[in-house]
Amino acid sequence: MLGYVATRSVYALAVVFGVSIAVFFLIRIGGDPSALFLAPEASLEEIVRFRHQMGFDRPILLQYVDFLSRAVRGDFGLSLRYDQPAMQLVLERMPATLALSAAALGISLLISVPLAILAASYRGSLIDRIGLLISLVGQSFPTFWLAIMLILIFSERLHWLPPSGGGSWQNLIMPALALAAYSTAIITRLLRSSMIEVLQSDYIRTARGKGVSNAGIVLKHALRNAAIPTLTVVGLQVGALLGGAVITEEIFAYPGIGRLAIQAIDNRDFTVVQAFVFLTAVLIVGINLTVDLCYGLLDPRLRKR
Amino acid sequence: MHRSLYRFLHRFLRSKLAAFGLLIVATVIFAALIGAWIVPFDPSAQDIMERLKPPLWEGSEGIHLLGTEALGRDIFSRLVVGAQVSLLVGVASVVLSSVVGIGFGLIAGYEDRYIGRFLMALTDIQLAVPFLVLALAVVAVVGASLWNLILVLGLTNWVQYARVVRAECLVLREREYVQAARVLGASTPRILFRHLLPNVMSSVIVISSLLVAKMILFESALSFLGLGVPPATPTWGAMIAEGRNYIGNAWWVAAMPGLAIFITVIGINLVGDRLRDLLDPRLKQVEN
Repeated sequence: MLGYVATRSVYALAVVFGVSIAVFFLIRIGGDPSALFLAPEASLEEIVRFRHQMGFDRPILLQYVDFLSRAVRGDFGLSLRYDQPAMQLVLERMPATLALSAAALGISLLISVPLAILAASYRGSLIDRIGLLISLVGQSFPTFWLAIMLILIFSERLHWLPPSGGGSWQNLIMPALALAAYSTAIITRLLRSSMIEVLQSDYIRTARGKGVSNAGIVLKHALRNAAIPTLTVVGLQVGALLGGAVITEEIFAYPGIGRLAIQAIDNRDFTVVQAFVFLTAVLIVGINLTVDLCYGLLDPRLRKR
Repeated sequence: MHRSLYRFLHRFLRSKLAAFGLLIVATVIFAALIGAWIVPFDPSAQDIMERLKPPLWEGSEGIHLLGTEALGRDIFSRLVVGAQVSLLVGVASVVLSSVVGIGFGLIAGYEDRYIGRFLMALTDIQLAVPFLVLALAVVAVVGASLWNLILVLGLTNWVQYARVVRAECLVLREREYVQAARVLGASTPRILFRHLLPNVMSSVIVISSLLVAKMILFESALSFLGLGVPPATPTWGAMIAEGRNYIGNAWWVAAMPGLAIFITVIGINLVGDRLRDLLDPRLKQVEN
């Protein structure tokens, strides 16, 4: 188990290292990054001064080493617009986004897990069809459109919820619902099919033969095994959630990192963009590492390795 | 060949849902190909007297099926023409990402040692950055245009191909016919393209069909944020962005393009699901 933890952790570090290279080159794909930061009408003199100030005139390898050594300390340079450290700006907005993503994940688990269990237990029944419909419809909506339709219904027509802003639980409901749609579909679909597969296996038949109650079989014997592939997908969904949060936050003017990132892109504030991409990646790698380590808890076979 | 294709189509259509999906997809393709010539109105013709007119069933007077937007342009005609961009971007970016992903997957599956590990680490790095975030940042850097959009979408969505193709190659390369080919002195490219590639094609077809749907959603999201195709071309995502400002008094401007995306994506997903059931029952496990 210790070896497993160590290998996975070292690998996660390697991935973060790879991400740092990607983030470094992100602003350099088009050549000289100065052009990105400065307004098009900047004079040659300004460009030269800016290049020197940012270190863009030094050898690329040196630039990267410098970037990495500062990145590990969380220093991505100053936001050119706000005159604050870029990472600090992102970190300040982080809790709001985490609350939104957690609420969305909570909603989708609350709907998808019972739905998938019922659908798999009563195959072909009405509830199974509802489950299939939800998993088809849920992944065919554009998230941002769903968000706008929610605003239309609940803010414009019914006046139940505020259309934008952050800070209270009422502000969280609609963005969380919009964001939850896609993951609900994916998780329902996957958990249903792995439950169906597990329910057909020999040990389930043995348990039935032994006289274990139906609920006992589904909840104790089957769900634990079906949860393993689903957990991986839940881990991967975190990435999709954080990505989806970008656009959802923009629509609801919700003060999270996604809205910050879009504003930063509009303002050509690329140090903030870099800090944002890097932090999101670290978060996702961290969550997936945790998921990997949780396998050990769910699947005793992995502990021995 | 024709016979087996016919038989496959016959089996495919046995599911009514899949037949329905195919009908939707055919309609959208039709709209994209010749819609521009048969639409009732010029999609870019502005008419200030006809602005924000509701759909036919909502208002009394009217000649605009789905209503008009803020500049008086006919929404239905714009939707039909907008199908071009969605389909073009969806299909072209899927072709690009399949080429990249299959290439990586074949190599990583056949040469498992160093190249394989390295390529799989690349897929993990790719997965660590949420797609929309990456695409946003890259489009912001390289600038928004049709081809940049296709490039960005294509180069950020190859991971699923690489993973599935690699997993299948790891099994296939141990098969006797592959080993026989190797012993007979077949070169690595020959083994990869003549012996392994044909056997992963059914998975590739399934992934591709479902990925087109996702790409259309991604394209609409980027266009919505103003980072897609430049505004002269009507796109469904940009139409929703415009309609968002009139959500209080003209809901149809934002709602209609969303419905167009929704129906198209559902159609493609229905077709993809049926292909998956028919071609590759194993793939059920490697979703997403």
